[in-house]
Amino acid sequence: MAKYELKMGRATREAFGEALVELGRENKDVVVCDADLSKSTMTYAFGKEFPERFIECGIAESNMVAIGAGLGSAGKIPFVSSFSAFLLNKGFEQLRVTAAFPKVNLKAVGTHSGISIGEDGPSQMSIEDISLACSLAGFTVIAPCDEISMKALVKQSAAVHGPFFIRASRAKAALVYAKDQVFEIGKAMQLTDGNDVTIICNGLLVAECLRAAETLLAEGIHARVLDMHTVKPIDRDAIARAAAETGVIVVAEEHLVDGGLGVRVAQVVCETNPCPMEFIGVQNTYAESGTPDDLLDKYGFRASDVIATTRKALARKKKGS
Amino acid sequence: MQKTSNVAGLQAICKSVRRSILEMITHAKSGHPGGSLSAVETVVTLYFDVLNHRPEEPAWVDRDRFILSKGHACPVLYSVMAECGYTPKDQLNTLRQLGSIYQGHPDVRFIPALEASTGSLGLGVSLALGMGIAARLNASPSRTYVVLGDGEIQEGQIWEAAMFGAFHKLDNVVAIVDYNKIQLDGWVKDIMGLEPLVDKWISFGWHVIRLDGHNIAALQAGFAEAAATKGKPTVIIADTVKGKGVSFMENNPKWHGVAPTADELKKALEELQ
Repeated sequence: MAKYELKMGRATREAFGEALVELGRENKDVVVCDADLSKSTMTYAFGKEFPERFIECGIAESNMVAIGAGLGSAGKIPFVSSFSAFLLNKGFEQLRVTAAFPKVNLKAVGTHSGISIGEDGPSQMSIEDISLACSLAGFTVIAPCDEISMKALVKQSAAVHGPFFIRASRAKAALVYAKDQVFEIGKAMQLTDGNDVTIICNGLLVAECLRAAETLLAEGIHARVLDMHTVKPIDRDAIARAAAETGVIVVAEEHLVDGGLGVRVAQVVCETNPCPMEFIGVQNTYAESGTPDDLLDKYGFRASDVIATTRKALARKKKGS
Repeated sequence: MQKTSNVAGLQAICKSVRRSILEMITHAKSGHPGGSLSAVETVVTLYFDVLNHRPEEPAWVDRDRFILSKGHACPVLYSVMAECGYTPKDQLNTLRQLGSIYQGHPDVRFIPALEASTGSLGLGVSLALGMGIAARLNASPSRTYVVLGDGEIQEGQIWEAAMFGAFHKLDNVVAIVDYNKIQLDGWVKDIMGLEPLVDKWISFGWHVIRLDGHNIAALQAGFAEAAATKGKPTVIIADTVKGKGVSFMENNPKWHGVAPTADELKKALEELQ
């Protein structure tokens, strides 16, 4: 098993901001829209370097998404950014009618996703964004786990015509990848080898799952960890293979268990090689204020939770249920 | 296509477009005649006189752009685009049928020469402003025109966009409110009144022109005034009559979204000789 040091890196929102600046230098058609959160979404650096291509939309996310769609329809490569909670919930109709249905080249990037934003509490916490974004036909939906993969995938998204939702987080994220790692949209990254159980995850949960896999390995359990950075289109081959070769799957995501990565993996498992599955996510509730660490502890997003759930899943595999 | 500034010539096109709208909707057995007929002069004047466009080269990057934000009035747009040569005229009567390019609401997947898919109200001004920014960044002379329903501007996003357009000084965008005073459930003043409408747009920082939306010379003058207005976007409040041109449809809320029968079509076409 590859050893993961998991040194603390920067937040994925910071990598997003950096990717934008590089894109801005490489392509004069890249335009960035923000809704008065540029210091939090990290688009401000782009605005500083390219003020004429940075469009401040004020606190009006619905308008911002459609402005972006207008830019995309007229040949620009627009990135529209806000907290995921506002971008998806306030901009959903606009994402659907002005971007998804006419297949417009719009990149919607939501930061502050999941419950790990911390003290600001549930009105700002996006726990349904993946579900909403995946329900937009034709959208590509990506949830990277660290600064390396975020930067690489944001830059790739600009080179692909079509609507995207990219999910970023506020909290600092452990480094999973080496600087020169290559990623492919729609292709899961297999981080550890193993045929006893598969753990499929994305975002901040990837590091926790790797820690869990290391502990399990010490007990002789070989877990295959897949970073499913692209939720849509999902890597069906990797899932079907995992189901066939390991016979049991755990899915972990910082999102409601309803409608997120878990159900999308389950759909592929049902259609290919049905096997027992267990799910880690937010369980039909809204979280609360607290430090990110306290929240991740309380709502069950730690390596210890992954280990416990994996044991439960393995027991079901043994029983053949 | 032959562009013209001649009012009589444009009026003749309007009459033919009105006939076509009524035939399309009668064939389809559903659709929105009232708000299509009220916008005829606006759309005809734009496509045949004002817009700088090339039907033979719809993707021309410096073209002027047109968005029908009140997408349910698409029969007027389809008829005018067909008349310009963008789309086949002989298929207009397939409106709303399976496989037709003439979808129930404008859909760029079926007609790539459309600038936007519309039908959900309230989105068009934002789209137009996005296109206006793109033109500004490209240092392109392209201008964008967007037609709104009067009921449509009850949508909150219109006012988000209004603030945005004035703040960003997008003088290459023109909105036209087809103020026919009627929406689906009845008279606008009884559903959710808009007055004082001119004052609202002024207070949002737009240059406002109010005119008779069936008077082609007035529309031509209005569009010229908009083009000459710098530093702010223009809105044209076009006073119109819902169902204009067909006596039994005019000013009758019933004709917002009902197709004529064959007999009614015959009567209407007699009035549009």
